Amino acid sequence: MNQRQPIYGLMAEFLSAEELLEASTHAAEAGYRGLDAYSPFPVEGLSEAIGFHKTRLPVLVFFGGLMGTCGGFFLQWWPNVIGYPQNIGGKPMDSWPAFIPITFELTILCAALTTVFGLLVLNKLPCPYHPVFNVERFAHASKDRFFLLIKADDPKFNAEQTRNFLAELNPHEVSEVES
Amino acid sequence: MAAREPENVGTLVAPGSDVLGPGHSYGSVTDKISSIVLTRGTGNKYKVGLGVAVMLLLMLNFGVTVLFAIGVGIWGINIPVGWGFAITNFVWWIGIGHAGTLISAFLLLMRQKWRTSINRFAEAMTLFAVACAGTFPLLHMGRPWLFYYLLPYPDTMGVWPQFRSPLVWDVFAVSTYATVSLLFWYVGLIPDLATLRDRATKKFKQVIYGAFALGWRGSARHWKRYEMAGLLLAGLATPLVVSVHTVVSFDFTIAIIPGWHSTIFPPYFVAGAIYSGFAMVVALAVPLRKYYGLEDFLTIRHLDNMGKMMLATGMIVAYSYVMETFMAFYSGNKFDIFMIMNRMTGPYAGVYWTLIAVNLVIPQLLWSSKIRRNPLWLWVLSFSVQTGMWLERYMIIVTSLHRDFIPSSWGMFYPTKWDYIIFVGTIGLFFTLFYLFVRFLPMISIFEMRDLVHKTAEEAES
Repeated sequence: MNQRQPIYGLMAEFLSAEELLEASTHAAEAGYRGLDAYSPFPVEGLSEAIGFHKTRLPVLVFFGGLMGTCGGFFLQWWPNVIGYPQNIGGKPMDSWPAFIPITFELTILCAALTTVFGLLVLNKLPCPYHPVFNVERFAHASKDRFFLLIKADDPKFNAEQTRNFLAELNPHEVSEVES
Repeated sequence: MAAREPENVGTLVAPGSDVLGPGHSYGSVTDKISSIVLTRGTGNKYKVGLGVAVMLLLMLNFGVTVLFAIGVGIWGINIPVGWGFAITNFVWWIGIGHAGTLISAFLLLMRQKWRTSINRFAEAMTLFAVACAGTFPLLHMGRPWLFYYLLPYPDTMGVWPQFRSPLVWDVFAVSTYATVSLLFWYVGLIPDLATLRDRATKKFKQVIYGAFALGWRGSARHWKRYEMAGLLLAGLATPLVVSVHTVVSFDFTIAIIPGWHSTIFPPYFVAGAIYSGFAMVVALAVPLRKYYGLEDFLTIRHLDNMGKMMLATGMIVAYSYVMETFMAFYSGNKFDIFMIMNRMTGPYAGVYWTLIAVNLVIPQLLWSSKIRRNPLWLWVLSFSVQTGMWLERYMIIVTSLHRDFIPSSWGMFYPTKWDYIIFVGTIGLFFTLFYLFVRFLPMISIFEMRDLVHKTAEEAES
């Protein structure tokens, strides 16, 4: 067994999105940095409260789409102009307007694939095991409860003090997360 | 540590609105939708429905087997009408799919709250309709085992697909559409699969739903990226859906056949696609709502809105019919005039006037809010529209082809029993897939319903 940390962190359960948002803000203000918040649906402002402001996803998608545009056009331009040029009725080899529909479709395809795989990679999914699932009550995070986690690797983390701090936030329950 | 309290104590209860029944909490919407999959099981009506669908699917298998063994000669197609049922069915099915993407993508961008409870099964409908559509061009090939000739790959013969042909554009448009629809649908399902994983009591279900949920845990960082991904996919899918039916219409407009060669086709086809798609959403929503008791989630307001969408897109289609006729005479082109007169009075006049009746005249009933708000009426009307949209594609294909420029090449199209077997068979394929979807996956997006509960309660407070 690995001996890194005896526990993964401490988790507080809340009854509403507003309580979780407030608790997350307090925890961040108190200087905690190893925070994560869990909710059964996206809560506005929650990721900002735990210090996550901006995702790189749109930038990735832009470059994915650009790759589709260039690749899609080249896919048609190369065979028609260089690989297998054929003179049909004296029409130009590089009749680019006819290549636009496929270029467009491949732009969308590459951008959409980048969106989905970028989402999974940035979120580090699939993730078959995660310590938070050791908390029995955590099954409610996909239904009707809201959870705030302070990780044990946070420099400010202290099992006793952090537990007291969480208890002051008026949670429904505080539990230890086994690692 | 606080003492354990009974479930739902202290959690929020929404007062209800026109798109959500009163008294729902996060727990109640979750339980209601997930129980359909996890605990309800299958009733007799479900079994009978699935049985009929599977029998039709078997009929499709039979038809396709005979088709592959003998060839497309078993269909009624011949010269001059080389495109019969197969292409009609292709365009019809792919059009039906369009409403699902429109609901999930376009209405998301427009921040329409009423999409929440219909988007999941509408997206499933899209996926299954595209599956049905995709089979027809393949079946219609003389040598379907050489389908990969359509794809650009550096082969030993040194030849490439004709990239200037709309039929090749179609390959890219439809396969992109199928892929993006699948991705959109699956990404939307991930949080709900996590809910099912956490709610399932049997090990087997936990493992299966858990594997597909990919370890989703609802972290705020994940949600942030997730919402961004949803927005990006919606932004990509909206122009995609317009482009797909535009490319499908190019299959016709690029040809110089009177009745096909027309610049009105792209918008006319896109509007027609959404028209038939919303009709299919209604045709599925009304029985689902009744059978699974989902009146709180699929409210009268939803039906009303879908009725209005049908009316609006139907009017665009009607305008296109009028314009097509007008332009034939305005252009003064004798072939165009002949084509229109032949449609109205020729051997296929029956098809044309039935089309006008079921696709244009009868749907005018949707102007009445009483009819839009009556599930049974709306359901019946949806079949009128779907019949109409099928007849429209049949009319465009057959009446334009059967009178060639030279009278010696005139002919008629007579569908054979194999045409009908394969067409009806794909309806079986569609409903088999849909029955399985309803049984094994949440037909309404659960996490978006929780969000709706939250927003509804917030709005009521302010």
